Amino acid sequence: MQKTYTNIIHIAGDVITVEATGIGYSEIAQVVFRRGISLAQVIRIDGKKVSLQIFAGSKGVSTGDKVRFLGHSMRTSSGENLLGRIFNGSGLPLDKGPELFDNMIDIAVPSVNPAKRIIPRKMIHTGLPMIDVFNSLVESQKLPIFSIAGEPYNELMARLAIQAKVDIIILGGIGLKYDDYLFFRDTLEEHGALSRSVLFIHTASDPVVECLLVPDISLAVAEQFALGGKRVLVLLTDMTNFCDALKEISITMEQVPSNRGYPGDLYSQLASRYEKAVDFQGAGSITILSATTMPGDDVTHPVPDNTGYITEGQFYLKNGVIEPFGSLSRLKQQVNGNTRDDHRAIMNTMIQLFASYRETLEKQAMGFQMSVWDKKLLCYGKLFEAKMMSLKVNIPLEKALDQGWEILAECFSPEETGIKKDIIEKYWPKN
Amino acid sequence: MAEKRKGFITKINSNMVTASFDAFVIQNEVAYILHGEERLKAEVIRVRANTVEMQVFESTTGLRVGDEVEFTEELLSVELGPGLLGQIFDGLQNPLPQLAEKCGFFLKRGVYLNALAEDKEWEFNPLVKTGDKIRPGERIGFVPEKIFRHYIMTPFAPQGISEIIKISSAGKYTLKQPVARIKNQDGNESDVFMSQIWPVKIPIQAYSEKLKPFQPLVTKMRLIDSLFPVALGGTYCVPGPFGAGKTVLQQLTSRHAQVDVVIIAACGERAGEVVETLKTFPELIDPRTNRPLIDRTVIICNTSSMPVAARESSVYTAVTIAEYYRQMGLSVLLLADSTSRWAQAMREMSGRLEEIPGEEAFPAYLESRIASFYERSGVVRLYDGSIGSITIGGAISPAGGNFEEPVTQATLKVVGAFHGLSRERSDARRYPAIDPLISWSKYKSFIDEKQEERGHEILRKSHEVAQMMKVIGEEGISLADYNNYLKGEFFDFVYLQQDAFDIVDEATTEERQKYVFNFIYNILEIDFSFAGKEEALHFFQALRQFFRGWNSCAWNSEEFKKAENEILLLLHPVK
Repeated sequence: MQKTYTNIIHIAGDVITVEATGIGYSEIAQVVFRRGISLAQVIRIDGKKVSLQIFAGSKGVSTGDKVRFLGHSMRTSSGENLLGRIFNGSGLPLDKGPELFDNMIDIAVPSVNPAKRIIPRKMIHTGLPMIDVFNSLVESQKLPIFSIAGEPYNELMARLAIQAKVDIIILGGIGLKYDDYLFFRDTLEEHGALSRSVLFIHTASDPVVECLLVPDISLAVAEQFALGGKRVLVLLTDMTNFCDALKEISITMEQVPSNRGYPGDLYSQLASRYEKAVDFQGAGSITILSATTMPGDDVTHPVPDNTGYITEGQFYLKNGVIEPFGSLSRLKQQVNGNTRDDHRAIMNTMIQLFASYRETLEKQAMGFQMSVWDKKLLCYGKLFEAKMMSLKVNIPLEKALDQGWEILAECFSPEETGIKKDIIEKYWPKN
Repeated sequence: MAEKRKGFITKINSNMVTASFDAFVIQNEVAYILHGEERLKAEVIRVRANTVEMQVFESTTGLRVGDEVEFTEELLSVELGPGLLGQIFDGLQNPLPQLAEKCGFFLKRGVYLNALAEDKEWEFNPLVKTGDKIRPGERIGFVPEKIFRHYIMTPFAPQGISEIIKISSAGKYTLKQPVARIKNQDGNESDVFMSQIWPVKIPIQAYSEKLKPFQPLVTKMRLIDSLFPVALGGTYCVPGPFGAGKTVLQQLTSRHAQVDVVIIAACGERAGEVVETLKTFPELIDPRTNRPLIDRTVIICNTSSMPVAARESSVYTAVTIAEYYRQMGLSVLLLADSTSRWAQAMREMSGRLEEIPGEEAFPAYLESRIASFYERSGVVRLYDGSIGSITIGGAISPAGGNFEEPVTQATLKVVGAFHGLSRERSDARRYPAIDPLISWSKYKSFIDEKQEERGHEILRKSHEVAQMMKVIGEEGISLADYNNYLKGEFFDFVYLQQDAFDIVDEATTEERQKYVFNFIYNILEIDFSFAGKEEALHFFQALRQFFRGWNSCAWNSEEFKKAENEILLLLHPVK
């Protein structure tokens, strides 16, 4: 049942208000105006006054334009036919393929019953020691990459996507630069992964509000694949743009802002997307990797702050490397107990020593005398940075652990590491 | 029964719905929105002239102006009775496993199930006889449930002394069958069932007096028990930035705390964490009862992606269930993770109500709501003289990890202990990351007071020296100061830090804590005479390594004694 109304009474920001009756909350409408047709979604109903956010932006909308309500909430096509395809933020094709209408699904489905989830157990091997050894990535984890603009977070995400052996990759680009979009597309193609990928791309030049749909569409499509038994990896970049779009809408709607202009429900909004990461009992899984750029490298900014409370850890990308402090994988304990028995000892000891190394660096910078212990730490820190931290390193986990022992043995005596005796006896390099 | 009062939707703003009504409405009563086949639960939160504003506990997608609303006359309530233990509920007390059986992977909106199974039979044993006079909340019988005698009590509502006029004999009954009939002072008679309904936002007060917390609650976490103890019936809060280990701390507490019942309120946090508790607790054995941990646990789970209004009610649901078990003379621990999400749920609703915002847009009544929640803790003497208690531990997730924010500040005013987690400690992998320099507790520890004070002192001293070293360098401080620095670090490393992934080290009993603390106290008191800083550092590094090994030896085992001797041997020459 479609209803058309023409009396638009209010236009502010990207929100229009139209007089209409019998409209459902969250319903989708098409606005026909001089620039074309745009989708819009109902975000408030007050008696006859229906407010909608208009995804293509309100520029050029006239008070006499038609608003056609579609009688349902936002939907997208799903299934195998989407593989290899590229769409925009509203789900329309960006490549030369046809528009799809099969297996239409609502993009806002209720959350998964916690009783139907299972404890994640499968480690995703990435070949990066900073992840595999220190902060293992686990299937069904939701993990953002915190970084400032200019860091190679998109490159890191693309590399992780290709090295992680998943069935399907879904990329949700939010305010993506056009060349970054091309980079993703070409990288996936080069490694033969494009045919098992679906891309939803909202670029920086598209209307801001349109990006609000990208996480939902990407995750709804991912969910269908996961329910079909597939292991899906969803990449969302960059979620800070998504939050800024939320901010824009909420300010337009005259909501009381809570922190730096962001709406009070920012946490809930982010959570309802990130919580889609799941390992279904008896079906597939969804793993979410996202990029969250931190304005001014400030981790207490509302976006990274709220994100950190929701996700299961974060990778902190700084100066081109994954910084050991601030990076965390909350699920690593689920998997790093079943790899090799020295994994946890190496992980904890090397980080503690690296923390001491950083302190020594500070002392050195202030011109203090370096003790014998300090010199050992300096030697250790240099090796650690070169052989473990660098993103150029690409070695499997066991090799990385062995390398860890070699670094320790090169700089310290066994008791200086504080590692328990039985493990030292088993793994300390003999020569 | 009178005809149901009705209303119609006039306004929809996310999960806040405004409706008109015809007769009258009751503040906080439950209403249902009728949308097609669905019935969506909502709660009245404000009445304005002839419209009523309600928070809807479900997604409001598709609702229309003109949809019918049905008022129920009941406040938001929970069902209390046998069958709660081991269960997992959402914030409105819907049993999630049963919901999964019915609806599959997703939480379908508008599906509400009975919290307790109606048809299950329980073995009722009477404790009173006809003619007995009883007060509200007194025991009239019991049924065996998992680890306890689950007492059946008369309704908690204050109604004076009643007389038993009929009591069922021992036998099997379902929750729908009355087990007694009572007559109150006014001569009104009513049936008593094995379960009863209680509104969540009103505290149960069927006890004779509230006492001061006097007994320590053993969490088996050394840093907490020895230096920042919590009392049975007390309150504490755990604020910390993300990634500092709040949740791991709460999980460990829920496993090891020496209490009868643990209620976990997972309020607006990750579903994955609840799943971990859910799937591991049936397999972990509680050493106190030799039964699976799940048998003493109730989980209230309203994770971050579940509807926000139900998140607000979930902490009340949890504390009401805690009060119910307290009425049986048990010690109950309520862990709420996290109260910030609960406060945010209030903030979201307050914003939609267009109330004048307070600090950081939190509503002005934030403080009083937090205070009245924590005030539901306490030790009480029941009418029959037995003692029951509720201890409340609330995690706080302050924005930006800054403790100056409203939720942390409002909570600090009302709790008895503060375990502040710090990012510096967690970055340095010092777990638990409770910062001993900022935390405090008003309760008494089981450690000797003089020794405890010495522990605090050495940590402060060590920190001072460390700060000094940052400015004037290691070479600038005296050997005595350096020794103090090393002593503090040693104490931190081998006692305060605890390896949550080592089966022995993860939980330390009271007995062992006293023994080891005393042992360390003696080391701290030694006046070491090292030749130089290098030697001092080496000595403490070696000592630390031996101690770590000792920490993972089972209490009083052969290995334990062997490791102890090795340490004594190491200490001998320097003494």
